[in-house]
Amino acid sequence: MRDAVLIIDLDNYTYEVEHRPDLFEKWLGGTGVAVQLMREHMNPKADPLSPENVIVFATGPLTPAYPLASKTVAMFKSPLTGNLGESHAGGRTATSIAAAGYGAIVIKGASKKPVYLVVENDKVYFRDGRVLWGIPDSLIVGRIIAENEPGRGTRTMMRIGGAGEKLVRYSCVTTETYRHYGRLGLGAVFGSKKLKALIVRGRKKYLPADAKKYREVYDEIYRMAIESDAMKKYHLLGTAANVIPLNELKALPTRNLKVARFERAEEISGEALAEYNLGRRIACSHCPVACIHLAALRLPYENEPYFFRTIMISYDYELIYSLGSMLGIGNRDDLLRLIHRVETYGLDAMSTGVCLAWATEALERGIVSEKDTLVKLAFGDVECYLKAIDFIYEQPTDFYRHLAMGVSHAAEVYGGKEFALAFGGNEMPGYHTGYAAVLNYLTGMRHSHLDSAGYSLDQKAKDLSPEETIDRLIEEESWRQTLSSLVVCFFARGIYTPEVISKAFEPLGYSISPDELKKLGREIYREKARLKVDLGFSLDELSIPKRIFETPSLHGKLSENFVNKALEYYRKKLMEML
Amino acid sequence: MKRLVVEDIEKCVGCGLCMFACSRKFAKRPEIGNSSSAILPVSLSGFERGATVIFCRACEEPPCAQVCPSGALKPKKGGGVVYVESLCLGCHYCVEACTLNAIFVREDGKIAVCIHCGYCADYCPHGVIAYKEVEA
Repeated sequence: MRDAVLIIDLDNYTYEVEHRPDLFEKWLGGTGVAVQLMREHMNPKADPLSPENVIVFATGPLTPAYPLASKTVAMFKSPLTGNLGESHAGGRTATSIAAAGYGAIVIKGASKKPVYLVVENDKVYFRDGRVLWGIPDSLIVGRIIAENEPGRGTRTMMRIGGAGEKLVRYSCVTTETYRHYGRLGLGAVFGSKKLKALIVRGRKKYLPADAKKYREVYDEIYRMAIESDAMKKYHLLGTAANVIPLNELKALPTRNLKVARFERAEEISGEALAEYNLGRRIACSHCPVACIHLAALRLPYENEPYFFRTIMISYDYELIYSLGSMLGIGNRDDLLRLIHRVETYGLDAMSTGVCLAWATEALERGIVSEKDTLVKLAFGDVECYLKAIDFIYEQPTDFYRHLAMGVSHAAEVYGGKEFALAFGGNEMPGYHTGYAAVLNYLTGMRHSHLDSAGYSLDQKAKDLSPEETIDRLIEEESWRQTLSSLVVCFFARGIYTPEVISKAFEPLGYSISPDELKKLGREIYREKARLKVDLGFSLDELSIPKRIFETPSLHGKLSENFVNKALEYYRKKLMEML
Repeated sequence: MKRLVVEDIEKCVGCGLCMFACSRKFAKRPEIGNSSSAILPVSLSGFERGATVIFCRACEEPPCAQVCPSGALKPKKGGGVVYVESLCLGCHYCVEACTLNAIFVREDGKIAVCIHCGYCADYCPHGVIAYKEVEA
């Protein structure tokens, strides 16, 4: 198993490599290993934007041996929530880190002046980043570095835009232009370390323990990936396929969740985007699915006839929700312009949309004034939102300085908590499906919908008791710890069953049974819960915006009593576990 | 004779499955990773602008073989080269000589060059490359 950990110290511009078979044999990689490396390297009391914060990038043992093991886990202390930050991304990061020979990379300290890092096999280069600092457009930063650095086709390039430099607490790290360590503010952590980009390239090889068996198992997984129905949804319309079904279920948050059904959902659906805008599909490294859908947006130049620019914009369900229905935007071109603006600065689309939706309602209610917002924010008005996104980056007023710190923070300052849609400090994702989703947002280790897929449980099972709901969520989240330690894409969870994973390990010379894999997931869940508590997590501090109980969901109007009962039960389970 | 060819470059999604397949091509010694890979899909400064798949086009008079000082690369009948790994010094003259940049440097400093075995074509999920009969 690949067991090298590269530790980079930005305080002193030094680096070292540690071989840690102990860590990787016990915790596999990804999330499992990242939790332990955070424990070893970070003071849990660290200020997330101080040099004390640590960034871990961890890959898994199935990368690059098998297809769909194409993700990397980033772990850090989140400047948005003040607690555990974990964000996963595809692109080429995982295969590039593996090709350079590492299981994980740890970045500590902070540079005095802007730098970017290049990891090339056994070497780390600290490159002068002063000229790149201040360029707000992450796409341009990417192109400049691409011209200067070798490794075309095999390198990964993670970088921040202006939002990360300005420490917007929900700024992201963009990799390979269209994939993101989106949630929880890794971009601001890069910014606080004066780190503009991290490039990794290499050409290492690994040998299977059983050559014949390796090729056989590879072919089996490959065939499942291209032939089975398990991946078809992502292949065809992509995650945008969810827009219409969720809208029909009355679960699509609209206009700051005043309602959960958007009358213009069809116009911004996956079907409509595919028919009118889809220009290309691309893939993460070593994934045959190609779920990354790029829309071609053709915009005329004002006052210049027959002169157009065509921009390619990556879209997914979550962006359509947060910058579409949540803001009352039902025109595809408008939606794509907003996505592009968010992409330019390197902001998290979900958090940005939720912040702007709250700001719009706050202005409607007179909690804030146009002196604060500078533009008359109104649901459905794209021009005001384009300007407001600029302002989140530029922060010209106190209001935008507060809004750049997240919706919970802004509501703390100005009021309007009852309609500030965040859980544990993290802006809500696009599923108002019912109790399981809400409990997932509250109890998930990252407060992310992908932690325990409550939105899916809500759609599959009705009439679960509070206790059953929690049990099912913990079970799902535990298994996902195994998947995110391997690190396989969650979209491939239908293929990577415990049996298939166990089989995939054999030719690599590592033996682990399906039952052991499940048990390990539960152990990693516990380890992560411990880390989260060390970082200051407390169930008592969680609050739920009233709006959640006012707007009917797929399960009708939700009762606070049910949620409270479930949380009490979760508290008991958590105590037992710790 | 059969050759690896590009069927439709516009379909390339940049998944790199051909590159990883190339490393597995030898049944007795498949490798994991990209070290011995002799095919490389690259984007035109972002896959939104399209792609190029770089591999040996089996020249009739291969310049790489002409500059090889040790006889590791020899012209093959019908085009392309035969690579005798044990003779390779790792001088990389061939890398410089190839107009297409289709000779790659392995982790150990020796080279990787496409031998037109066609193994990768079976793993291209989108029909970008194919292994088929062409006229010599």
